[in-house]
Amino acid sequence: MSQLVVVTTGPATSVQDAGRFGAQRYGLTTSGAMDRVSLAMANCLAGNIPFAAAIEIGPFGASFTARNGAVRVALSGAARVAEIAGSPMLMNETALMAEGETLKVSAARNGMFSYLAVEGGIAGEPVFGSLSVNARAGLGSPFPRPLQAGDTLDVGTALVAPHERALDTFDIPQTAIRVVMGPQDDEFGAACDVFLNSEWRVSATRDRMGYRLEGPKVVHAGGHNIVSDGAVHGSIQVPGNGQPIVLMADHGTTGGYPKIATVISADLGRFAQTQSGAIIRFKAIGVEEAQAEARKLGEFMRALPERIHAAGGSSLNLVELQKANVAGVAVSATDTGEP
Amino acid sequence: MTASPRILPSGDTALTVEFGRSIDPAISRQVLALDRNVASEAVAGVLETVPTYRSLLVHYDPLLVGFTALSETLLALAQRPVPAETRIRRWRVPVVYGGEFGADLDDVARAHNISTSDVIAKHTGSEYRVAMIGFTPGFAYLSGLDPAIATPRRESPRTETPPGTISIGGVQACVQCLAAPSGWHLLGQTPVRTFHPHRDPVFLMEPGDAVHFYSIAAGEFASLDRAAERGETIAELIAS
Repeated sequence: MSQLVVVTTGPATSVQDAGRFGAQRYGLTTSGAMDRVSLAMANCLAGNIPFAAAIEIGPFGASFTARNGAVRVALSGAARVAEIAGSPMLMNETALMAEGETLKVSAARNGMFSYLAVEGGIAGEPVFGSLSVNARAGLGSPFPRPLQAGDTLDVGTALVAPHERALDTFDIPQTAIRVVMGPQDDEFGAACDVFLNSEWRVSATRDRMGYRLEGPKVVHAGGHNIVSDGAVHGSIQVPGNGQPIVLMADHGTTGGYPKIATVISADLGRFAQTQSGAIIRFKAIGVEEAQAEARKLGEFMRALPERIHAAGGSSLNLVELQKANVAGVAVSATDTGEP
Repeated sequence: MTASPRILPSGDTALTVEFGRSIDPAISRQVLALDRNVASEAVAGVLETVPTYRSLLVHYDPLLVGFTALSETLLALAQRPVPAETRIRRWRVPVVYGGEFGADLDDVARAHNISTSDVIAKHTGSEYRVAMIGFTPGFAYLSGLDPAIATPRRESPRTETPPGTISIGGVQACVQCLAAPSGWHLLGQTPVRTFHPHRDPVFLMEPGDAVHFYSIAAGEFASLDRAAERGETIAELIAS
């Protein structure tokens, strides 16, 4: 096994996979990648299953050194300037870190989170089927907390594949974030129009639990306390000050503020990538339309391996790749990793 | 008579089956009955459920079942009569009351013009039910608090309360596992871990379980706490 040593990192870098499912009834939230599409892209390049654990790098820069062998990595998500031992590394392409070489990634140029996937994956002990860090619950592996300088991760040793791989990228539309109204939109009456017809600034007060929004006050028709009920990743709750909070991957499983709407699953990753100070709008769609979008996203994720080709203009030697058991994993990634 | 619950979308991958809007044992029984039925019928597409005081949150995979079809299935299940409870799991939970373990015990006694031992007697004298588990891992919200010690939550919440906090807020009581902010009144502390990531079972209590508290001496806490940290359950389980 090779190792990846964290040399420098900001405060919001952690190991994340699809998340931890099945224990929300016990108050244990899912955690997992804030932008699952970008996680799947990096993993697909690295030859892993789409939602294998990877390093979610927060908005600040970070650097990592390969130890005890070579490490092949791929970086997707928020754009960064990256280099390995002084040579440029491109986003959405695999690259080899020889033993002793250091990968440096800059702060995010747009967006918030990038995903560094490692060929052969990150070793750890899953709890409820996940390595994802949930610092409050003391869960996550190999470390039950965000990564710190000096941490050493056991990772797969790079296979001797004949070519590096690249992923055809695509434009993400920067349109309104789509929501399904409810479950407590009836607590707001006419204020639903204020919510839907206003521009919202994403506050700097935000973390993996929730993103605060700033804008006109969304006034509750009744009180702002309800008897607690269940909350999901994407729930938009409105506390007494009328400023909405979008609950994110580390959200509480229950909450006592009315929830005016819920971000659709297909737009969660795009919303997670909005930077502090950015202006966004919401658009309400029906639950059936939102589910059609979820199916489209599932289809897109299944087809990710078809977007992979050899980097640098040469053709991809699939026979050699399959021999190395890399493309074999990627091409057979027919499910999205949902539990 | 059972009124039909409301089905409310919580986005495209979850829905809320709402039986009411208040804390009410009858509503709680309906929620937990539907929760059991969803589990025993293995409803297609359902990934997990979160019972709360008043509603059942159902997480599902929209690639396996759509909102309308799942709503119909759940409404049909909710029409089944709420079965009589046959087997209730009862937990006996040791608590050190007052002093450094329960900073608000004196205040609660003063608020109701009774002695601290009266507060303890009333807190240990009730049978509670786990209505829901939420907020943080293993945080069990209990119904069944003696109304004589129900106390509105503090005006200024604490930014941190210790692991194992036993507290009350309004008509609610709880067993808390992890350190967390809280505006409730701290009566005591238990060495019991309702959540322990390296123990089997990881979570002790289920929604619907019954809970009784009993008072232990401050001197007993440390050794019980060490045993709990090692993975012992400490709380006594009585199946009826």
